[in-house]
Amino acid sequence: MNKTSLLDRIRGNRLTLPLAALVLILVFDAFYAPSFFKIRIQDGHLYGNLIDVLNNGAPLALVALGMTLVIATGGVDLSVGAVIAISAAMGAVLINPALGNELISNAILTRDATNTPLPIILLATLAAGSLCGFWNGFLVSRARIQPIVATLILMVAGRGIAQLITNGQIMTIYYTPYFWFGNGYILGLPVSIYIVAAVFLLAWVLVRKTSIGMFIESVGINAKASFYSGISEKNVKLLAYTFCGFCAAVAGLILSSYVHSADGNNNGLNYELDAILAVVMGGTLMTGGRFSLLASVIGAMVIWTFALTVYTLGVPANALLAAKAVLVMIVILLYSDVAKRLTGRLFRRKGA
Amino acid sequence: MARRFASLLIKNGTLLITFAIFILEYFIGGQLYPAMKQPQVFFNLFINNGSLLLVSIGMTLVIISGGIDLSVGGLLALTSVASAALLKLGVSPAIVIPLMIVMGIAFGGAMGSIIHFLKVQPFIATLMGLFFARGLAYIISLRSVTITNSFYKYLALTPLHIPFLSKVYIYIPTLVAPIMLLAAFFLAKYTRFGRTVYAIGNNEQSALLMGLPVTRTKISVYVFSGLCSALAGIVFSISLLAGYGQFATGMELDAIAAAVIGGTLLTGGVGNIFGTLFGVLISGTIVSILQFNGTLSSWWTRMSVGVLTLIFIGIQSFFYSRERRSQ
Repeated sequence: MNKTSLLDRIRGNRLTLPLAALVLILVFDAFYAPSFFKIRIQDGHLYGNLIDVLNNGAPLALVALGMTLVIATGGVDLSVGAVIAISAAMGAVLINPALGNELISNAILTRDATNTPLPIILLATLAAGSLCGFWNGFLVSRARIQPIVATLILMVAGRGIAQLITNGQIMTIYYTPYFWFGNGYILGLPVSIYIVAAVFLLAWVLVRKTSIGMFIESVGINAKASFYSGISEKNVKLLAYTFCGFCAAVAGLILSSYVHSADGNNNGLNYELDAILAVVMGGTLMTGGRFSLLASVIGAMVIWTFALTVYTLGVPANALLAAKAVLVMIVILLYSDVAKRLTGRLFRRKGA
Repeated sequence: MARRFASLLIKNGTLLITFAIFILEYFIGGQLYPAMKQPQVFFNLFINNGSLLLVSIGMTLVIISGGIDLSVGGLLALTSVASAALLKLGVSPAIVIPLMIVMGIAFGGAMGSIIHFLKVQPFIATLMGLFFARGLAYIISLRSVTITNSFYKYLALTPLHIPFLSKVYIYIPTLVAPIMLLAAFFLAKYTRFGRTVYAIGNNEQSALLMGLPVTRTKISVYVFSGLCSALAGIVFSISLLAGYGQFATGMELDAIAAAVIGGTLLTGGVGNIFGTLFGVLISGTIVSILQFNGTLSSWWTRMSVGVLTLIFIGIQSFFYSRERRSQ
């Protein structure tokens, strides 16, 4: 087994495909859109398309982290987009300076002030998202509803909840310190990158330095067998969904801070598709089992590089949705048994 | 005799509960808002929910076969935009309508084939179908496309009076859903195809070993759902005289909810087409009560439908465990 050739090791590594896709897109950019690589420094901050990929891709990378764990347990979370909307709405409502007894006027609404201290806003937003995740996990693990349906309920009802929180309005945020999460810079790099790194580190320590990661994988491979070997399969699932909700809440925080508003209908729209795409691209099987957090993050970056490339080329943004759907299909087919058998046969013939 | 009656009750328990809830809900609505007692309000349920009913019929068959179809809303929007765009170009409705039906069938067939031959999970394949269809709809037109075709206008605006009831009417497209309902009921109950669908939903492996045509049936179920969605898209575009990529967002859940409330088991193998009808009527009644109230916002509909679905999943698991014990 030690004598596996380099080619086989590369082929077996789950980072290979997302990295190859990333390189492929970047090489394409090098020829057709050289401006993609331009990075300039302005006011001590780095600007450019590559930085945009990292900055815009941050929420998706966060959601993909949570989604990875959920998919690894053999489930799926379709409600991430709605959870993003809920946490964004939560943040906007708590900031809203007009909530007091004062007469609501435009001057009050657009004031650079907050109704609640920032730490409490953060806690409330993250708690709201985690609660949504907990609810999903409860439905899946305790009520035994299939993951698709359990999370579909929140996917649709969640946007209603978000609108209920904001009273059906699109809330604009004028509180400057809140913008820091989506628009701030530390050492020339966007803050969102550091947030992703922190959550990634948290997740990595959780799954690789404790036994939780192995529990998740074993539940995904065979829930019954893990139950009989003494793993609390229910609590593992509950944890995975709660973490996914938490990640979506952080993403909602960044997104609402980035666009300075909370819109129940449009915050985090179609994020469920993108997150599934990122995870699948990272080589985590939809049926559950082995997973890689880093590969999912790279998958998220591939999606945003693809998206920004498409924008740079001047393709209308609305065509992107269909293109992404096709991309997911291709990636899923690449990982399917049919494709594996085909490539396996191809390589064996070459080796023989 | 008593035992047979009891088993009948258990077997149709969810259907009876659904029916009772619909009657109760309608009665409460009538008590709260006397105007709801008019027969026209009842027929309005069919006028307003025609496309949801169509989509739910297809969804019910798919769920009975053990799958799920999340692409229905997207396909509906795509059909509406595509037909509106074609009509704007001056293509005759006699060509547009069959073309849309063929498109729906092809779409469903493609998804069914991907699910069956490439072994992709149904919800992934149809989720991709949803985004693909919506993406295509946006490519055709970003804005809402209005329909000015005279035939469509005739269909949309000519009331059909119900005999024996004065001043009560429906529209011609309203008839499509009940006809499909009867067709689907016949298909599911009295044909070999229908029994195969139930068998696959109960256990695909044993259905295959019994020599049933699993491949053909599984793909046909998605084809049927595609057909229903296309018809729903046509009905939808006729009733609004427009096509738009954002039509019917979230209709997937409404359709799944209608099927579940109607007693279809999400794990497949158990279900009733007529239950779905009452599922649709229940959510339609919620909407009309909210409309009669006038002060409650529309998102309450979504939330109450979600809650109802949840409750019915609970009731189902209760009845299902009962049935197992009685066997």
